[in-house]
Amino acid sequence: MLRTTCIHLIGLFVLVDIASALYFHIAETERKCFIEEIPDETNVIVNYKVQLYDPRTGGFMPSSPGIGMHVDIRDPDDKTILSRVYSSEGKISFTSHTPGEHVICMYSNSSAWFGGSQLRVHLDIQVGEHAINYGEVVQKEKLSELQLRIRQLLDQVEQITKEQNYQRYRENRFRQTSESTNSRVLWWSVTQTAVLIAMGAWQMRHLKRFFEAKKLV
Amino acid sequence: MISSLISLLVLCSAILGIYASELTFELPDNGKECFYEEIKANTTATLEFQVVTGGQYDVDVTLLDSRQNVLYKQQKMQFDSHTFTAQHTGVYSVCFSNEFSTFSHKLVYMDFQVGEEEPLPGVGEHVTALTQMETSTVDTHKYLNLIIDLQTHHRLREAQSQKRAEDLNERVLIWSILETVSVIIIAASQTFMLKSFFSEKRPVGR
Repeated sequence: MLRTTCIHLIGLFVLVDIASALYFHIAETERKCFIEEIPDETNVIVNYKVQLYDPRTGGFMPSSPGIGMHVDIRDPDDKTILSRVYSSEGKISFTSHTPGEHVICMYSNSSAWFGGSQLRVHLDIQVGEHAINYGEVVQKEKLSELQLRIRQLLDQVEQITKEQNYQRYRENRFRQTSESTNSRVLWWSVTQTAVLIAMGAWQMRHLKRFFEAKKLV
Repeated sequence: MISSLISLLVLCSAILGIYASELTFELPDNGKECFYEEIKANTTATLEFQVVTGGQYDVDVTLLDSRQNVLYKQQKMQFDSHTFTAQHTGVYSVCFSNEFSTFSHKLVYMDFQVGEEEPLPGVGEHVTALTQMETSTVDTHKYLNLIIDLQTHHRLREAQSQKRAEDLNERVLIWSILETVSVIIIAASQTFMLKSFFSEKRPVGR
């Protein structure tokens, strides 16, 4: 019963409390980047919350409304997908269009105002089928328990298929690199032999002419 | 009303706790990166990591519990996995250190799973036994999770090899250019040196 109530509540509140997520510390002006290597057409949800160090209590303030976070997301071609300033707490979601390494960077917009103190950043990044909120799915589509379970399996299989396709793409790239190395080694050995023979012949001819001119032979 | 709502929300977020955190981050040379997570007592957690690129593909890892006891400490590891059960509630920390390396920066993948996967909403409320169909879905779900996990590892391994192959490719190119240039320089200098030996003696001899 409690759980159902919870789901309804979570469904209602867009901002899920992420206090239980992983966190780390950064200096106020520091830039922090994370890399997500994902297939195309994959959903990514980034949840974060920033807390400012409070020198009076020696802890971190429960909420720091004054701080904004620059969030910068780049796709594998180094094109900006998203670059905006968000508040101290937020939920960002985006969908990838090209497979590869997506870089998510965060840095605070604070200047010398607070004198370079510490920030605590709670961060949770969910990718693919983990990014699906099944609470919302249940509410929207009125699925039975079994249907929901199957729905989850379907989402998983879909994600696996995408990943496999991406794997094929990567394998293709790997093969290109290997073939390039192979042909470079081949051409290098051919060129090297040619250079050696040419230099040897040139040395011989040159010295022979030189000795003949000097009447040494 | 509002306070009860808030307390309920807090309770909810505690129940629907976040299951896993997967992060890939850059570790600069001489750098150290720490992550913290609050874990409740008697929760099982798994830490997995792998160095994707950089240097000798190794990193120092330290896992500390809430009382600063060392739970796991490895030096210069390429990849590993460690499962532990939290003894007490508190903040556990994982630190990745690259302090032994002065010039190679690294890319590290980390997966920190805490507790069980959260169940689907509305599932598992009834006390009756699962039907055969439901049991199969639970099993399938478990296996699919395993597949996804293995895929991730495969992908990371592939990324490692890809990087190595690219390095090799580049090195072959640079080395072949250097080799060709040095062969030409050596051949030319040999010839001119030999010539100079004979040229210098001539005025003395005659």
